[in-house]
Amino acid sequence: MFDLVWLIPLFPLLGLIINALTGWKSAGVRPGVIASAAVGLSFAAAVALFFELLRLPAADRLVEVPLFKWIAAGALSTEIAFQIDPLSMVMILVVTGVSFIIHIYAIGYMHGDRGFNRFFIFLNLFVFAMLILVTANNFLMMFIGWEGVGLCSYLLIGFWYQDDYNAYAGRKAFVVNRIGDFGFLLAIFLIYATFRTLDFTEVFSQAAAMPIGAGVLTAIALLLFVGAAGKSAQLPLYVWLPDAMAGPTPVSALIHAATMVTAGVYMVARANVIYTLAPTAAAVVAIVGALTALYAATIGLTQFDIKRVLAYSTISQLGYMFIGVGVGAFAAGIFHLMTHAFFKALLFMAAGSVMHAMSNQTDMRIMGGLRTKMPRTFWTMLIGTLAIAGIPGFSGFFSKDEILWQAWSGAHGAPWLWLIGAVAAALTTFYMFRLIFMTFFGTLRADDKTAHHLHESPGVMTWPLIILAVLSLIGGYVGIPAVLGGSNHFEHFLAPVFAASAELRGVAAHGGAEGHATGHSLELLLMGIVLVLVLFSLWLAWRYYGRKSDLPARTAARLGGAYRLVFNKYYVDEFYDAVIARPLHRISESALWRFIDVRIIDGSINGTAALIGAGARALSALQTGVVQNYALAFVFGVIALLVYLFV
Amino acid sequence: MIPILFFFFAGLAIASALLMVTHKNPVYCAIFLIITFFALAGLYFLLGAQFLSVVQVIIYAGAIMVLFVFVIMLLNLSEEVRLPAGRRLQSGFGIVFAAILGVQLLVIAAAGTRVFGRLSGDTPVSGTVERLGAALFSTYLYPFEIASVLLLTGIVGAIILGSKKLPKEQ
Amino acid sequence: MNAIPLNFFLLVAAVLFAIGVAGVLVRRNALVILMSIELMLNAVNLTFITFAAKWQALDGQLFVFFIMAVAAAEVAVGLAVIISVFRLRGTVHVDEINLLKG
Repeated sequence: MFDLVWLIPLFPLLGLIINALTGWKSAGVRPGVIASAAVGLSFAAAVALFFELLRLPAADRLVEVPLFKWIAAGALSTEIAFQIDPLSMVMILVVTGVSFIIHIYAIGYMHGDRGFNRFFIFLNLFVFAMLILVTANNFLMMFIGWEGVGLCSYLLIGFWYQDDYNAYAGRKAFVVNRIGDFGFLLAIFLIYATFRTLDFTEVFSQAAAMPIGAGVLTAIALLLFVGAAGKSAQLPLYVWLPDAMAGPTPVSALIHAATMVTAGVYMVARANVIYTLAPTAAAVVAIVGALTALYAATIGLTQFDIKRVLAYSTISQLGYMFIGVGVGAFAAGIFHLMTHAFFKALLFMAAGSVMHAMSNQTDMRIMGGLRTKMPRTFWTMLIGTLAIAGIPGFSGFFSKDEILWQAWSGAHGAPWLWLIGAVAAALTTFYMFRLIFMTFFGTLRADDKTAHHLHESPGVMTWPLIILAVLSLIGGYVGIPAVLGGSNHFEHFLAPVFAASAELRGVAAHGGAEGHATGHSLELLLMGIVLVLVLFSLWLAWRYYGRKSDLPARTAARLGGAYRLVFNKYYVDEFYDAVIARPLHRISESALWRFIDVRIIDGSINGTAALIGAGARALSALQTGVVQNYALAFVFGVIALLVYLFV
Repeated sequence: MIPILFFFFAGLAIASALLMVTHKNPVYCAIFLIITFFALAGLYFLLGAQFLSVVQVIIYAGAIMVLFVFVIMLLNLSEEVRLPAGRRLQSGFGIVFAAILGVQLLVIAAAGTRVFGRLSGDTPVSGTVERLGAALFSTYLYPFEIASVLLLTGIVGAIILGSKKLPKEQ
Repeated sequence: MNAIPLNFFLLVAAVLFAIGVAGVLVRRNALVILMSIELMLNAVNLTFITFAAKWQALDGQLFVFFIMAVAAAEVAVGLAVIISVFRLRGTVHVDEINLLKG
C-alpha cells in the first residue's frame, strides 16, 4: 500500500494533463469535474493511506518510499522519494481534503469564466506541487514543491491578467516570495555543506548529535525561517498576501488561506529538531509570529474590503501557528494549521459567495442585511467566525487555546507571548464580528441594480460551505486538551514526529507528570481570561457595528492619526516602496540600464560587432575573385614550405 | 656527343619556354610550346626513355597542341594589349615569386650533384615499348585500366561542357 | 668529357617549372595559363625520367606515362571549360572573371 503513495500526487498531475490536452475545446464544466475528480481520488487514496498508517505501531510510523534516484553528482545524491509519517499524513489529508471541497466550489464560482479550463489546470498543478512539498523526504524535493506552489500562486493571483492590478499583485507576490525562497535556498546550501546530505532523516539524526545552540544550526534555522516568513506571509515579508486577494476567491481560499501559506509552518515543524537545538532561532520564530499576529489583527480592524479583512486575518492566524512552533509546541501549531484550513477556507468561500451575490463587489460598506437573502452563506460563515474567534465548542477554540497555553508554559514560552496572543485573539473576534455585522446585519446599502441581482449561491457552492462548516465545528474534537477531559488524540498521533525534539529537550513526550494539578488550574484560568476577552470584544463589535450607530466614525475621529496609520496599513507598502522599490528602480534606470546596459553591455557588444564587421570588410578585400591572386598566395605558400623544409 | 645534344635540347627548351610565356599572341605561344615539347622529347631520348620520347611528340606536340590551336581559332582571340593598373602588382609579384621558387628548386637540384652519377654513353635504362608494355600490362594493369576510364570521363566531360547551351549571363 | 651529370636535367626541369609558374601567375589569357600548366607538368615529367635513369628503374617512366594520360584528360576538360566561359562572359581573361569575389 505504501508503495502506491506516488498515486496521491499523480492524480492531480493526470487531471491537469487531461485538461491541458482536451479541456480547451469543452465549453461546459467538464474540466472542473475532471480536476475535482482527480483531487477527490487523491483524497480517497490519502484516507486509505491514513488507515494503513494507523495500523502501524506508533513508533514505526515513518515510511520512506523511494521512487528513483534523481541527482547523483559526486557526493550529492538526491532521490525522488516520499516520506509518510503522521506530520506529512496530516498535511496530505488537509491539502487533498480541503482542495477537493474548494475544487467543487470553484466549479460553481468560476462557471462561465473564459479561463475556466486554465483555472482548473493551474489549480491541479498547485495541488500536485503542494503534495510534492509535503511528501518530500529531502529538502531539495521539498524546494521543488515550494517553488511549484509559488509559481501556481503567481499564476492564479494574476489569473484575470487583463486587469493591470491583478498582474501587478501576482508580480508582487512572486518577487516577495523570491526573497524568502532565497533564504530557503541558502539554508539548503548550508545544510548540504554541514551534513553532506539533504535527506530529512539523515540531516535530523546528524543534527541531533550536535550541541544545543550550535551556530550553524541557528543559521540554518534562521535561513529556513526567512523562507517560511516569505511563503507564510510573516513580518516583514507579509506584504504580498493582502494583494494576493486579487485572485479568484477559490484561490484565496485554497492557496492563500488553507494550504500554501501554511507551508512555512509545516517546514518549521518538519525541521523541529533543528529548531529545538537552536533556541535563539526558535525564539525569533515565536516573536515574529506573535508580532505578526498582533500587527495584522490591528490592520484587520480597519479594512472595508471583505477579502482583505480575511487576508489580514490569515496573516494573523499564521502568526499564531508560528508562536506555536516557535515555543516548541509543534503539534499545537500543526493542529491550528488544520483547524485554520477548515474555517479560513470556509470564511473565504463564504465571502466569495457574498461577492457572487453582490456582483463581485467587495466593499463591506455597501453590504448589509444579507442574513435573510442568503441564509446558508450566513449560517456557515457565522460558524466559521465563531470558530476563528475561539468560541468554546468550535474547532478554533481548541487549537488557539492550546497555542496560547503553550505560549505561556511551553519550552520557550513566556507570559508576554501569551499576552500578545490573547490580545490578538480579542482583536480577531472584534474584526470578524465586525465583518459579520457589516455584511449580514442591518440594512442593505447597495444600489438598486446590485440589490436586484442579490441571490443565494447555487448548491455547488453552498454544499462545500456546509461541509466545511461541519468540519469547523467538529474539527477541534480530535485534539481536546487533557484539561478539558480529552486525551488530545491529535498530539499523540503527531508525537512520534516530534519525539526526537522532546527527547532533546529532556521532557517526556506528552507533558511532564508532575505539576499537573497546578498546571491545569492555571490553564483553566488563562482559558477563562481569553474567553472573557473574546466575549467582551464580541459585545464591543455588536455595539459598534451591530446597530446603526456613529460609534465607529466617532472613534476613528478621536483616534485621528493612529486610526489613519492603521487604516493605511502602517504605510508599510509605501515604506517598502520608498526605501526599497524606488531606489532600486532609480538605480536600475540610471545606473544599470542607461549606463551599464546601454553603454557597457550594449556598447561592448555593438563594438565587437562593429569591429568584426570592419575587420571583415578589410579582409574581404583579399577575396578579389581573381583566381590568379589566389594562385599567387598558393605559390607563396609553396615557397614558405620549401624554406621550412630545407632551411 | 651527348653533352652537345643535351645543351642543344636544354637551351632550346628553356628559350622557347621563355618565349612561350612572354609572347602576346596565343598562337605563337602554342608554337613555342610545341618547340619546347620537341626539345623535351629529345631530352627524354637522351635519358633512355625512347617510348616516352615518341609518345611526347605524338600526344603533346601532336594531339594536345592541335587541340589548343583549334580552340584558339574557335575563340578568335585578340592579343593581350592593355594591362590594367591592378595587374601590375600581380605580375610583379608573380615574376618575383616564380624567380624565388626557381632559385629554390635549382638549389635543391644542385645540392644533389655529388650524389648523382653522370650520364654516360651507354643508356642506363632502356624504356623500350616492349619493357614498358610488359610493366603496364602486369604490375601497372589496374592503374592502366583506371587511366583509360579517366580518359573516357574526360572525353564525356569535355563534350558536355563544350556542347551545352549555357544561358547568357544577364 | 662525353658524359654530363644527371642532375643537369634536374636543373633544366627546375628552370622550366619556374617559367611555367611565372606564366600561370603573370599571363591573363586562360589558354596561355593552361599551356604554362602543361609546361610545369612536363618539367615534372623530366624530373621523373631523370630519376628513372638514376635508379635504373622503369617506374619513373611509367609515372610519366600516366601523367601524360591525366594531362590529356585535363587539357580536354580545361579547354572545354574555357570555351564555356568564353561563351558566357565573352572573354578568356582570368582577371575579368571574378565571380568568386567575396
